[in-house]
Amino acid sequence: MTETKTPRLSRRTLLQGAGAAAGLAAGSGVITGFPAIIAAEPVTLRYLGTAVNQSGDIARKVKEDLGITIEYIPVVTDEVSKRVVTQPNSFDIVDSEYFSLKKLMPSGNLVGMDARRIKNADKITPVFTKGEVGGKKIGDQGTAPKKVFYLEGQNSTKFAASPTEWITLIPTTYNADTLGIRPDLIKRPITSWKELLNPEFKGKASILNIPSIGIMDAAMVVEATGDYTYPDKGNMTKAEIDRTMKVLIEAKRAGQFRAFWQDFNESVNLMASGETVIQSMWSPAVTKVRSQGVACTYQPLKEGYRAWATGFGLPKTLSGKKLDAAYDFINWFLSGWAGAYLNRQGYYSAVLETAKANMEPYEWAFWMEGKPAEKDIKAPDGTIMEKAGAVRDGGSFEQRMGAVACWNSVMDENTYMVRKWNEFIAA
Amino acid sequence: MSTAAAPALPEAATAASTPTGLAAATRRQRRLAYWQAMPLGLVFLVFFLVPLALTLIVSFWEYNEYEIIPAFTLQNYADVFEGCLSGGDLCTTFRTYLSTLKFCLLGWAATLTIGFTVAYFVAFHVRSTAMQTVLFLICTIPFWTSNVIRMIAWVPLLGRNGLVNDTLMGLGLIRTPIEGLLYSDFSVVLAFIHLDTVFMIVPIFNSMMRIDRSLIEAATDAGATAWQTLWNVIVPLCKPGIAIGSIFVLTLIMGDFVTVGVMGGQQIASVGKVIQVQMAYLQFPAAAANAVVLLGAVMVLIGALTRLIDLRREL
Repeated sequence: MTETKTPRLSRRTLLQGAGAAAGLAAGSGVITGFPAIIAAEPVTLRYLGTAVNQSGDIARKVKEDLGITIEYIPVVTDEVSKRVVTQPNSFDIVDSEYFSLKKLMPSGNLVGMDARRIKNADKITPVFTKGEVGGKKIGDQGTAPKKVFYLEGQNSTKFAASPTEWITLIPTTYNADTLGIRPDLIKRPITSWKELLNPEFKGKASILNIPSIGIMDAAMVVEATGDYTYPDKGNMTKAEIDRTMKVLIEAKRAGQFRAFWQDFNESVNLMASGETVIQSMWSPAVTKVRSQGVACTYQPLKEGYRAWATGFGLPKTLSGKKLDAAYDFINWFLSGWAGAYLNRQGYYSAVLETAKANMEPYEWAFWMEGKPAEKDIKAPDGTIMEKAGAVRDGGSFEQRMGAVACWNSVMDENTYMVRKWNEFIAA
Repeated sequence: MSTAAAPALPEAATAASTPTGLAAATRRQRRLAYWQAMPLGLVFLVFFLVPLALTLIVSFWEYNEYEIIPAFTLQNYADVFEGCLSGGDLCTTFRTYLSTLKFCLLGWAATLTIGFTVAYFVAFHVRSTAMQTVLFLICTIPFWTSNVIRMIAWVPLLGRNGLVNDTLMGLGLIRTPIEGLLYSDFSVVLAFIHLDTVFMIVPIFNSMMRIDRSLIEAATDAGATAWQTLWNVIVPLCKPGIAIGSIFVLTLIMGDFVTVGVMGGQQIASVGKVIQVQMAYLQFPAAAANAVVLLGAVMVLIGALTRLIDLRREL
């Protein structure tokens, strides 16, 4: 049922899109005699984002369903923001982190998205719209998406406190991050963030060398030790930054860290080779270590998770056929196939019900409900990720996202923080 | 031949014979030389001088999270040297430069020793030119793969459970793995030696090949020992090669942040890394100020080197 339903839906979207494009082209007088051919001319969208979210499978499926060619521009997170601010004409759609919005929106290069043109806008999970999971409020320290989800107007650079029809980013993926550990080498239960700086793991711990994220992991540790409770870990005062950095510098001088990592593969190698036994990590990296036959747990901790989210934004300069195509693509993205694809990799998708309709019940039960896998869980490419009987670390969607303590962020004192971070690296 | 109508062609210049024509011809020749130098000059201007000037200008600008604002402020430089004059603990910048200088010194000394020895062997002990060429090419083998791959190749060798530690433990020489092999100053210097020695070998080898062999014979005839010949004849004549190689190695190490990052486990500071982090956070003026300071430091270093050896005269 569902399998036949989705393509038909997307085909209709395609026709609508094509019709609108033709109408628009006719209206603007571009056509010189071959309307059908010009209207059917394939549209290419330049998709700026990090490589993590840019899958060839998705691009192929879009081409099949909508006839839109997706041209990926894969760069690192920081480069995404840099491009949006400095070269806003170099892409047609951007997949950016929500925390970057504080930098991006004031530049005026992104435009508010019309919620009325997003078919599933009202079905986007309340994690984004209200900061809730299953009716329960979740942690909103840092740049929680709900704080930057709406704009006051289409061309406004101010975030709206209450829902409006102008959305900054339509969520693509989000997740809750925690520490990865090697249970075979640690040999005892780990329940708290403070273990990251426990001298027991001297020379075998690691954090990431991305200042704005690394400092929040450190703040989780400081809070876990009971030293200090931050009013907002995602927006520290100078004194709080100093306090946190002092803890980090002491740990570094004592030789706590084996290395710092900056990209996905570095974190996988450190963990898989046994150079580190406990470190801040990303969910797919844990999966990758495990797929190499090395025991690795994405350990839920009592203080909660540090969450992040990314979403689609549109540049102000986008218009005409490309703008329509961008909306079509976003609508397609929320219609289920892509959501299911992302859920199967351990990320979460924006509209859960459409994703559910595109997943096998046993897959949904494993990834989203935290139940033991009935059958082997396979990656999109067919390799086995988890054997039958395995349970997802951290449990269900509600357990994991419900336990979020803070969100990746950009602080008001960002410049100072970066300077202090450089000091920490030099210490 | 009428000089007025003659275009600025080399034939015209060489054809001139009268004294006045000679002066005009020299002028024309000089103008021609400028024309010939122009393509390179333009490239130099557009891709080197203009960006450099822009960097210098931007380093005095103000900035916030999302834009850089034309202004004139010394704040960026003040931030670079924050806490450097207060005494007590070393400030971040000095600490970073000190660490970079340490790597420069260690890397330079090691590459010079190895580079000189290798070049000496190939230049003086290998008799046939064919063999010399073969050995010389062998020196370039590391360059067949990318810089990053060459660095990463060290990781499985030096790691806690790497080959070296496994072998030493297997031989019973050590009980616990040596942690300092990887992600330490040692591994950084090792990688620098691996990456940069060839830049020392090539210019020194080149200098050695130009040494007149009869000078060495004369030294031997005059009763000099092998060491005396080396120290009093070969080393002085290799000075230009050593200087050029040193400039290569020092500038490479000064500006490097990838090697220090990968081999130092991101735990060791480098100026390049500081600049990279600032760029990533869109703090372009701060990064520009750091770049200008780095440029200054490198220029001082090169200046000192050329004081020791007058390159232009030696070449």
